[in-house]
Amino acid sequence: MNYTFQFNVILDRLPELLQGALLTLELALVGFWAGAPLALLLAAARTSGPPWVKRLAGAYVTFLTNTPVLIHIYFLFYGLPELGILLDKYSSVIIGLVTATSAYGCEIMRAGFLSVRRSEIEAAETLGFSRLQTIWYVVVPHIVKTVYPALANYFIVLTLSTSMAMILGVNELLGTAFNLASDNYRHLEAFTVAAGLYVIITFAASLSLALIGRWAFRVKAKIF
Amino acid sequence: MEQILGQLPAFFSLTNIRLLLEAMGVTIALTFFGCGLGFLFAFFIVFVRQTPGHWALPLRAAAIFFVEIFRRIPFLVTTYLVLFFIAAIVRNASLFAIALVAICIYATAFTADIIRGGLESVPRQQIEAARAMNFGRWRTLIHVIIPQSWPVILPPAAVFMVAFVKDTALVGQIGVFELAFRSRELNNQGYSGILVFGTVALLYFVMSYPLTRVGQWLEKRLATPRSQKSQRQLR
Amino acid sequence: MPHLEVRNLSASYGSLPVLRGVDLSFERGEVVALIGPSGSGKSTVLRVLMGLTPCTGGELIIDGQPIVYSAAASVRAARDRMAIVFQQYNLFQNMNVMRNVTIAPVKIKGRPRAEVEQEATRLLARVGLADKSHAYPDELSGGQQQRVAIARALALKPEILLLDEVTSALDPELVNEVLDTIRDLAKDGMTMLIVSHEMAFVREVASKVVMMDKGQIVEVGTPADIFDQPKSDRAREFVGKILRH
Repeated sequence: MNYTFQFNVILDRLPELLQGALLTLELALVGFWAGAPLALLLAAARTSGPPWVKRLAGAYVTFLTNTPVLIHIYFLFYGLPELGILLDKYSSVIIGLVTATSAYGCEIMRAGFLSVRRSEIEAAETLGFSRLQTIWYVVVPHIVKTVYPALANYFIVLTLSTSMAMILGVNELLGTAFNLASDNYRHLEAFTVAAGLYVIITFAASLSLALIGRWAFRVKAKIF
Repeated sequence: MEQILGQLPAFFSLTNIRLLLEAMGVTIALTFFGCGLGFLFAFFIVFVRQTPGHWALPLRAAAIFFVEIFRRIPFLVTTYLVLFFIAAIVRNASLFAIALVAICIYATAFTADIIRGGLESVPRQQIEAARAMNFGRWRTLIHVIIPQSWPVILPPAAVFMVAFVKDTALVGQIGVFELAFRSRELNNQGYSGILVFGTVALLYFVMSYPLTRVGQWLEKRLATPRSQKSQRQLR
Repeated sequence: MPHLEVRNLSASYGSLPVLRGVDLSFERGEVVALIGPSGSGKSTVLRVLMGLTPCTGGELIIDGQPIVYSAAASVRAARDRMAIVFQQYNLFQNMNVMRNVTIAPVKIKGRPRAEVEQEATRLLARVGLADKSHAYPDELSGGQQQRVAIARALALKPEILLLDEVTSALDPELVNEVLDTIRDLAKDGMTMLIVSHEMAFVREVASKVVMMDKGQIVEVGTPADIFDQPKSDRAREFVGKILRH
């Protein structure tokens, strides 16, 4: 194989890559925290709304979870201008991630809602809990235990999928790496370093989420 | 709106329809072959990971390393890595093949954990009964463990493959003629973005939704919890 | 020459000693029963013999041939000559009855399939399950599964049969059918090592009773000796408790 690895060229510009990594995290955090409340709303709508609301929310979620997020982003960036709605590349990506989170998050939370057993609620009521107390002390903890690991896992997936923003030219981690590679033709090194950074980010995120889970929510999640 | 309606006949020309259908074919082929091969390699990785003995330690470490790393790298990054790695070795490698390799690596890493979970779900006592009758490690795997782990392995593996249909959109980035790539091409040719991406979204839906339902059916069908079964035995 | 001889066998689960120097020996055709309270190590003796639990010391000699459990070939030889029936039957869930019984003789011992299937049919008839050869384990009752497990063990043509509390997981009304099968085997002269709680049965079928407690052998004797005139305090205490019902 006629290729000599030259990592220093890339490592010299590590600060830029770290900037990109920061943008990656930003995209993931905004995407998640803007999408999660929507997901909660949708999940509530699908579980206990009137039939037409259920159908509408269901159609929304089904459509978004069976089509690629990349196509949504293309639609937003290349399609909407025809209707006079001009979104820059960041907005397109963010909206794409937010809507995806609202859909996938809805399914995760819905599974959480559906996992609460009648028997738990009945047990609480026979012990004298009021409706509100039952919800706060029995239902909510149960849902959180079911939903937290799934949402934590989704967050990791979301962080990794922010890499598709580079297709539109956004300079998150992969985009920055691609630019560096185009500058000095060290593609393999650039992408390897980027891969390494993604692994580090992912490990850090998994660890933090697992720890938060254990301390704040008493949810036992795997760290590794 | 009128612009879109005006473009309809040109957009749905025979050439374009053929192009889109071919692209759908490429998407399906990438998904099935990539994930299928990945599934097979995943078995291999899990076997390596379970090989006992001190001599096998580096192999086991390599298997674990492979899985843990490639599950934590975005698919797009893996695709680029494979692209430039192969380009450094092989001249004129087919982009489809490169994409297939990338998909294979990705699927192997994700499916390996599913398979490992399935194999470990078989009760210890089944393995003990086999060992007591002098079944070697291989025979035990083939005759006892693997047949009993399918119900635990297939549903999540199927769900993964179905979800991957959407991820194939990313390989368009390196120039593979799949559906997302064609959609960009058509848009660049002047067709309305709403028309093009709307249609392509529908096409993805048509591929993904039925398969998703099959995956859900598999989950329901095969998910008899083991605890239920063993409780029936104790009568 | 004794058929099976165990000298000073010890075993531990991690740091917890389970067997502390067990000595045992019996001749061909003997039926030896191991009794004792839970945790006394009786099942562990069987598991160590089959190489399922590692032993930390001691010797095992089958028909004059010493078995070294650290050597794979030696363990294979031991498993060739003995067969075990488990408390939870452990039939292979993915195979029907006939395949459960025939797979080991055909695949491991290399005997011709037709011959093994004929023998399997005979064995299944002997345990009273001739018509169930195509059923799957989850279609059978516990007692039926246990009898299939016995047929499966017999198909290996073992010299020594190990039975590990084979009736403990069964509903009371299913226990007798299994005991009947074992009674027949004893009559036919099979060397057996039985771990059991069924004292009446042990008394009837065993030629020698070994009482264990806390990983050691407390007393050895004929059923009459142990049940009617236990010599050691521990044995007396145990027998007193269990024979009260």
